[in-house]
Amino acid sequence: MKLPRHRAVLGLLAGSGLLITACGSDTGGGVGSPSTNPGGAVAITCSSGSLTAAGSTAQQNAVAQWIKDYLNKCSAANINYGGGGSGQGVQQFTDGKIDFAGSDFPLAAGTEQQAADARCKTGPAVNIPMVGGPIAIGYNVPGVTKALNLSSSNLAKIFSGKITNWNDAAIAQDNPGTQLPSLGIQTFHRSDGSGTTYNFTNYLSNDAKADWTFGTNKNWAAPGGQGAKGSQGVAQGVKSTSGGIGYFELSFATQSQIPYAAVGNAEGKFVPLTQDNAVNFLSKANVPGTGGDLKLQFDYATTDATAYPNLLVTYEIVCSKGNAPDKLPLLKNFLGYAASPAGQQELTGQGSIPLPDNLQNQVRQAVGSLG
Amino acid sequence: MDEPEPTTVSMAPPANAPETGGVHASSLVAQPPAPRMLPSGDLSRPARRRGDAIFRMLAQGSGALLLVIMAAIAVFLVLQAIPALKADTTSFLTTLGWAPDATPSSFGIASLAFGSVLTSLLALLISVPVAVGVALATSHYAPRWLARPLAYVVDLLAAVPSVVFGLWGLMYLVPIIIGPSSFLNHYLGFIPLFASNGTYGKSIFAASLVLAVMAIPIVAAISREVFIRTPRDQIEAAWAIGATKWEMIRTAVLPYGRSGVISGTVLGFGRAVGETIAVALVLSANYEISFHILEPGGNTIAANIANRYGEAAAVGRGALIASGLVLFIITLVVNFGARAIVGRSGRGGAS
Repeated sequence: MKLPRHRAVLGLLAGSGLLITACGSDTGGGVGSPSTNPGGAVAITCSSGSLTAAGSTAQQNAVAQWIKDYLNKCSAANINYGGGGSGQGVQQFTDGKIDFAGSDFPLAAGTEQQAADARCKTGPAVNIPMVGGPIAIGYNVPGVTKALNLSSSNLAKIFSGKITNWNDAAIAQDNPGTQLPSLGIQTFHRSDGSGTTYNFTNYLSNDAKADWTFGTNKNWAAPGGQGAKGSQGVAQGVKSTSGGIGYFELSFATQSQIPYAAVGNAEGKFVPLTQDNAVNFLSKANVPGTGGDLKLQFDYATTDATAYPNLLVTYEIVCSKGNAPDKLPLLKNFLGYAASPAGQQELTGQGSIPLPDNLQNQVRQAVGSLG
Repeated sequence: MDEPEPTTVSMAPPANAPETGGVHASSLVAQPPAPRMLPSGDLSRPARRRGDAIFRMLAQGSGALLLVIMAAIAVFLVLQAIPALKADTTSFLTTLGWAPDATPSSFGIASLAFGSVLTSLLALLISVPVAVGVALATSHYAPRWLARPLAYVVDLLAAVPSVVFGLWGLMYLVPIIIGPSSFLNHYLGFIPLFASNGTYGKSIFAASLVLAVMAIPIVAAISREVFIRTPRDQIEAAWAIGATKWEMIRTAVLPYGRSGVISGTVLGFGRAVGETIAVALVLSANYEISFHILEPGGNTIAANIANRYGEAAAVGRGALIASGLVLFIITLVVNFGARAIVGRSGRGGAS
């Protein structure tokens, strides 16, 4: 059978088309600044060996920057972080395929914790927070470019469909002096499961109990609104729809110049989104766990008007004991760099926030006691 | 393919041959040798028998391997899905929502299967007429110098990666489709299909358009191959009795190519129903069954897997694999149904 020439070329093009289709999810974030910290020589201790990790895409840019810094200094090491989502990361960690997992939620008590402990054999699997990220409520209202004040109960009503117009009395009441047009509100949420949704609904469940009845869930459960894939999809939907409102990491708002709101805390005070406010809120978190497990419990009831209550934190899930001896030095040194002041300082360039100092100390201690 | 027939020559003897009077001319012409038959019990040619045997084993082995792979896929799907199906507290086939990792685990494929089938059917409804038109244009209407490049460009469309279509759909088509959607709703809103709650955009209509663009090159390529092979004598018979070009196509080309077009349609359906990332980007995923194709909403099995796989825990993964099994079954049913239709039509046709 004679192969027609154009089909041969088609095959070639299809093959190159396959090659070009590289699947990479761009979680945004600013361009990472190279490590110019003169104390960097102190922060990084070199080891050799190789590490593989995977999981949350929210911290993918941050981890990529840390890997780059570490490998610049220590060429004998080999570290790899694949994304794939928190659920995937935890599953691969439990199966023993990777050395640590990145997850937007701590290990769930019960079967998930038991399975992870079984992988570690001699000690429990622990959650070590490493990357913080404020969640911005971005909106697209023609004529409004400054930060609107949106209380938690108004946000709950907007995202559950009870408030449907931007000139609603409840919103106008919190924003005297701002001209709000009569425009239908179009809400955007994540169609895929995500830690951003989890933490945003956690904030609503805690600070707007009367108005938010859909609980805390990584999958969006409220009716109505439009779903979009990835925070990039939500930001793009808000940007292109007049009257749109959605939630996404801060880096997406700054990247697309979407104005974001000052949200109401438990007492009803409006807290603008700044790095200091977000770090302040993180510093109030409780650590109910023991023995190196630093699962955080956010203090949503805080009345501090300089603590921005809507944020997420990404954990590294790692074995406290029972790590392979050839991987342990590199693991401790790499995570130690990530938890060091130099490493945490890199996060600002990625659209994330560094951990507050009290938490950084606890994290460094936990990393140091890995065995 | 024509086999070379043994040529027989019967003609006057060559001019310089002596007169032989009475002898039949054919005896003077060398007869070609009789066709060679391979004797089955010929022990003197072991090399050729071995080559035959090896090739037969390879061919049969490949066929068997394919069957084994398909069976293995089915078994894998069923084994992975069973624990999740056991954990489901509500009916898998009729539940609308999807919460397999919640503490009473509850999930069902009702809205997903509905969305998959609806988007694919709408996509075919839009793409098959266009694709058949393209096939006819390139096989019968376009001048020869244009037909081959045109066919080549249509094939090129099939090579574009699906994620590119998804991005194009999301960034370009969705904002543009708001105008026509509200037009359809305004004038045809009394038909339930076009009713809407006032918002348009990331809807089943948009997803169906993107899928249609992806299905057109497949259906067009197969239809074109079949239309080109229409027997010349049938076409000329139509011309001979005075048919116009359209009548000729309608009576000679289309009936001959019907089974081929159906095969192409089934392949297009297969691509549309399995399309994952393009639909995941364009659809605003919710878990409802609604015929309002202009409203934001809708979800398909493949898009749900793409959206939910990253964050799924163990039961969630099993549930997604169970939905994959349903998709597998839907595709098998459609394929067998199409084969039955083609088989029943019987009349000459390429397939």
